[in-house]
Amino acid sequence: MVTDTEITVYHRPATLTDLGTHYCPGCTHGIAHRLVAEVIDEMGLRETTIGVASVGCSVFAYNYFDFDFVQAPHGRAPAMATGIKRVLSDRIVFTYQGDGDLASIGMGEIVAAAGRGENITVIFINNANYGMTGGQMAPTTLPGMKTTSSPNGRDVESQGYPIRTAELLATQEGAGYIVRRSLHDPKNIRLAKKAIRLAFETQVRGLGFSLVELLSSCPTNWGMDPVDALRWIEQNMIPYFPINDFKVHPVIASLRI
Amino acid sequence: MVKELLKGNIAIAEAAVRAGLQAYFGYPITPQTELLEYLSKRMPELGRTFVQAESELGAINMVYGAACTGVRVMSSSSSPGISLMMEGLSYIAGTELPVVLIDVMRGGPGLGNIAPSQQDYNQIVHGGGHGDYYPIVLAPANIQEAIDLTVLAFDLAEKYRSIVIVLLDGSLGQMMEPAELPPMQPLRESYPEWATRGAIGRERRIHTSIYLNPVEQEKTNLRILQRWQEVKKNEVRYKSYFLEDAEYVVIGFGTAGRVALSAVRAARAEGNKVGLLRPVTLAPFPAQQIEALAGSSKGILVVEMNSGQMLDDVMACVKGRTPVHFYGRPGGIVPLPDEVLVEIHRMTEKSGRLNGHPRDQWLERMVQHI
Amino acid sequence: MQTEIIISGFGGQGVLFAGQLLAYAAMEQSLQVTWIPSYGPEMRGGTANCTVIISDEEIGSPVVGSPKVVLALNLPSLDKYEPLVKAGGLLIVNASMVDRAPQRTDIQTVMIPASEIAESLGDKRMANMVMLGALLGNLPILPEEAIAKVLREHTTERMQKLLSANLEALKRGMNYLVEKVK
Repeated sequence: MVTDTEITVYHRPATLTDLGTHYCPGCTHGIAHRLVAEVIDEMGLRETTIGVASVGCSVFAYNYFDFDFVQAPHGRAPAMATGIKRVLSDRIVFTYQGDGDLASIGMGEIVAAAGRGENITVIFINNANYGMTGGQMAPTTLPGMKTTSSPNGRDVESQGYPIRTAELLATQEGAGYIVRRSLHDPKNIRLAKKAIRLAFETQVRGLGFSLVELLSSCPTNWGMDPVDALRWIEQNMIPYFPINDFKVHPVIASLRI
Repeated sequence: MVKELLKGNIAIAEAAVRAGLQAYFGYPITPQTELLEYLSKRMPELGRTFVQAESELGAINMVYGAACTGVRVMSSSSSPGISLMMEGLSYIAGTELPVVLIDVMRGGPGLGNIAPSQQDYNQIVHGGGHGDYYPIVLAPANIQEAIDLTVLAFDLAEKYRSIVIVLLDGSLGQMMEPAELPPMQPLRESYPEWATRGAIGRERRIHTSIYLNPVEQEKTNLRILQRWQEVKKNEVRYKSYFLEDAEYVVIGFGTAGRVALSAVRAARAEGNKVGLLRPVTLAPFPAQQIEALAGSSKGILVVEMNSGQMLDDVMACVKGRTPVHFYGRPGGIVPLPDEVLVEIHRMTEKSGRLNGHPRDQWLERMVQHI
Repeated sequence: MQTEIIISGFGGQGVLFAGQLLAYAAMEQSLQVTWIPSYGPEMRGGTANCTVIISDEEIGSPVVGSPKVVLALNLPSLDKYEPLVKAGGLLIVNASMVDRAPQRTDIQTVMIPASEIAESLGDKRMANMVMLGALLGNLPILPEEAIAKVLREHTTERMQKLLSANLEALKRGMNYLVEKVK
């Protein structure tokens, strides 16, 4: 049967501002932002959420979300989030951090926050390089991967191995929900959204520190077109950074969304 | 209220509590640790926030986050820890948030020691963090002042959306004196119009220190400077002793200032017309007062527990109109009144004559200590 | 009128507490007072000392090079502070813990077996009270009752059972007069 009633099946989340992002074509930051906004909308958290932007490509994340936001020094977002959450324990506080920010300069702050069981949520974008400064080696850069500061490919003998952040943080008693997801195809994007939802549900229930690591593409700095970049995530990043649930609080495990 | 015998670190902590401190974040470091320990018990007792951070970096950024919510927040540390906080302080200044910080200085540079010193003057007064910003710096010389200035710090921080640093040396932190604590103020129940506490029924608010457009950044810098002009106009504080008829003037802040007071009294007892100016606000600096003294005195002696950091600021006010002398004990040594008296004699006997820069002259006399 | 007192001994001899009692008592008498400890590594078993300054006007320096009074509870303290006492000042030495007499002749010196007196009262840790008593007996800067009052107020619950012994120690020290300084 044909009907002339239009049904909206896809719209911009209310908490995502209508500003066009500054991200490169094909970058998955936009997807990650959208997923966060959808979850905030669905959970009705717009008025009680305070976001903490970090330093990196997502430094201007606050321009794209329609709720209160602050912007942290490089690596210090978990500390800033702690300050806010401890004063306003009934609000939802999340940080949005890249891999250089979180796993290099900010490793101290993130481990300490997880260890304290700080009741905040962390959206962690892992794209295997420093995007904002033009593609230098990050703690997540894969062995052999060429960057502007590892021009011959990351040599693990002299430059060490990539850090598996989710696995590392899942060892912390204070962590309530630690998973890794990928943004390379629609199925995985849907799984990523569910994980983001569960991370916020963890915080709403006061179950401790929650983090979703999102494998993301950086076509510009990787020197690939967007589709090849997504394929590269699947073929190269996932073998080293497996998609998995590393720690899930039993209450969250039994949750039906 | 009655006087109690109070230790500096504890007095400051309790004064902050009574001034309405809602959240404290800190990291242990001698000689300010009692302050943190005291609040670790006191704050939870009152249902307020206390977090022992993973580092001074963590602490100052927790302060940064909490300050965004519009409540009264504070951290405390000592010299090496303060160095670590410089990044956060620059960001807080760039975001124009009110924050109170206590620096209980020790000897240095580097790890140095835990003895009393005034080594952080330049770092604190002239801004150790990057960028054009102007913290208000209050320098108590006794426990009552430490209490009163801590309370004042919160008021000034909010009035000027500024960082206010209470700067004292380790001996004041450890010392006990009778002092009176203020009455308990209630915690604030309404918040400034800029506070990010969740956009309940209103448009979103953002706190950031990034202005990628230099024009916007420049506007911010000028706005911060404009506010600083107001501070300079309204908030200069100092204490003067025997200045009415003084032919010679000693200038020192904090403990160096009160040590100098003993020496000045001894000089007066000998019949020397010597007075003392003790800056209470190091920023804003009592520049006009020092300029006036430069015009009316035969010589000025600056006494510090460092190698002559405030000396440069004094000389900038004096502009060569009267000889400036210097005596300092860096590295964690408190000068004794007798040492300062010797320096006063040197100044009065030479009628203020000097050959060269006062710091160079002083260093020549200090060679015996190397 | 200003009196500077340095109290020095081993960590654990209660020199900081003795200094605080003086400070509390001075405050009770509406006098100005400062109490400042040496702090740091010295706190961990070495020598400990504090400087108490009592005055009827605003106190300048909280530290002094030549104090009017020194209470030396052990030999290192005697060695360190004897040369520093102001001429005409008072040096009180815990004779139980030193093997020599003071050398200075331009100051008043009191040798008192404080640890032995304290031990005879039940606990040699009360030597600090004996020394404090000797100070008040030889240089009445504060009335005995002022010290006794703050001692009662600042003795912890755990130590209450030793309160009367401490008061007695104070009295024994006070009565151990040699000669008052002029």
